[in-house]
Amino acid sequence: MSNALAKEQTLPRPPKNKTPKWQKMSFMGYFALVLVTFLSVFPFYWMFIVASNGTEEISKIPPTLVPGPRFFTVISHVYEVLPQFNQALLNTVYVGTIVAVAQVFFSAIAGFAFAKLNFRGQRYMVLFVILTMMLPSQLGIIPLFMLIGWAGWIDTLLALIVPALVTAFGVFWMRQVIDAQVPNELLESASIDGAGVFRAYWSIVLPIIRQSSFVLGLFSFLATWNDFLWPLLVLNTPENFTAQVAVNQLKSSYAIDYALNMGGAFLSTAPLLVLFIFVGRRLVRGVMDGAVKG
Amino acid sequence: MSQATVAKTGKSKPPSPWKPAKPNKKLNNPNAVLSLNGRWGYLFTAPFFVMFLIFGLAPIVYSVYIAFFNWDALGTQEFIGMANFTELVADDRFWNALVNTLDIWLLSTIPMLIMSIGLAAILHNPSLRGSTFWRTILLVPNITSVLAIAIVFGQLFGRDFGMINIIIGALGFEHVDFIQGTTSSHIAIAAMIVWRWTGYNALIFLAAMLAIPGELYESASLDGANKWKQFLYVTLPSLRNTITFVLIVGTIGGLQVFAEPLILGGSYNGGDSGQFSTLTLFLFDQAFVAYKWGYAAAIGIMITFIVAIVSIINFFITRKLAGDGK
Repeated sequence: MSNALAKEQTLPRPPKNKTPKWQKMSFMGYFALVLVTFLSVFPFYWMFIVASNGTEEISKIPPTLVPGPRFFTVISHVYEVLPQFNQALLNTVYVGTIVAVAQVFFSAIAGFAFAKLNFRGQRYMVLFVILTMMLPSQLGIIPLFMLIGWAGWIDTLLALIVPALVTAFGVFWMRQVIDAQVPNELLESASIDGAGVFRAYWSIVLPIIRQSSFVLGLFSFLATWNDFLWPLLVLNTPENFTAQVAVNQLKSSYAIDYALNMGGAFLSTAPLLVLFIFVGRRLVRGVMDGAVKG
Repeated sequence: MSQATVAKTGKSKPPSPWKPAKPNKKLNNPNAVLSLNGRWGYLFTAPFFVMFLIFGLAPIVYSVYIAFFNWDALGTQEFIGMANFTELVADDRFWNALVNTLDIWLLSTIPMLIMSIGLAAILHNPSLRGSTFWRTILLVPNITSVLAIAIVFGQLFGRDFGMINIIIGALGFEHVDFIQGTTSSHIAIAAMIVWRWTGYNALIFLAAMLAIPGELYESASLDGANKWKQFLYVTLPSLRNTITFVLIVGTIGGLQVFAEPLILGGSYNGGDSGQFSTLTLFLFDQAFVAYKWGYAAAIGIMITFIVAIVSIINFFITRKLAGDGK
């Protein structure tokens, strides 16, 4: 966290009194930002409004815009329809954590090799990684489904975990990060002091990339949490559901009960919003560090 | 070490001890730390390649294989050559899905690009207060699930009691049945995509803007360029690569859109008359409702080709539009 702060403060910005006139923030600029903030937050607010008022209160003109008293009634209704909802949330945390840790681990070692080691075929391997990122992710979904069935993993959490352990994106991202953040001189002087590849990775690369690894892990966790179609295809019994499949189950059990649906959506979203309060700033840095500049 | 290798390949001058040796062209990795034993690279990248081979590449290759078969979930496996592809080209549902996908992609990409560059320009202003707060807020839509958001948007776009129609009604217009209409349902889906990705892309553009050297702005303002001209002649051309990147990533994602229409319609049909059926939704419909796996695999291959073609077109258009500074 303190690192993030330090970086934030070193951003180039001219002293306030020297700001040229053309650089003054206009009222319209702030207005646009406030509007975007409103639009970004409103759907979450609305989720809560509907979930706390019930469908009838919402189905009138003009609709209620303030929270109502029925929030706990709606939530308990969610648990009536799907008693395994907590289990689903736990499953999601479990899968997300394993996937995040594995992706960071495998991406970091591969990214290190691609960034700092010289071995034959290295260049073609990197090119291969980049090309695979361009392929539509749904292209192989039918054979993957067959493969998971053949392995006996249908309706188990393994079907979600194993195929997600590595991603081309993660490897590429880590390569960029290690290339940009770890100076070659450090590694050179370490190897002059007798450190091998493992030692150099462990005691020099890892401490430097800790922040970025955390960000990659967060993104993997979020992606796993929000993944929807694949879990829907491979999971059948409510005990094995993830949060998204559970929310979708609410949708198909009743015609359209908006309060019930939004109650479920709220339960599946609230943990992420709480997480975001703590890690949002680091995610922002991660997105910006990974951007293609110029 | 590096001096020796340069001397071996160097044709013109001997290596100067004062200048660092140029990276050797013959190295596999010009930026590598040569004192580390490179062979460990195979071990370090092996887990990725093994896992990716099994769960990524093999399914894709196999998918190309079964596209030439009449292959269903019950066990039929009959080689039929190009028949899946000829059937697909004659299939109205395919063309309908293609047109819908491109329409949704256009309706979402263009507004998103304009708004995210505009937002980035606002955030780029050095005298903005609370910049960390604004940046963080921009990322909030991106972390939530498409499912949760599609449920909320589905309600907001509802015909009778949706907030948007209530506003339309209050302005004195007829309520719009967003889900039933073709263009209107595309607008609703595009709105979800725009909502989700505008802030994220604004941060990408902001990062690129912060990397533009300040001298460019200084000399432009000395030449009397106002804010708008600076944006037009300094900022935009510098964003060329970033715009290309955002467009290509957005195209790969946008042409595979399925979660939003799937949740909005509640089935793989993409609405009662397929008015918002998309290519990927059509693929899933054939794969997991009709169980025509060979046919679905053929759709997947077509999607890949279409993504590639549109990405290439994008690449050249952005180069042209953003003023290819050679």
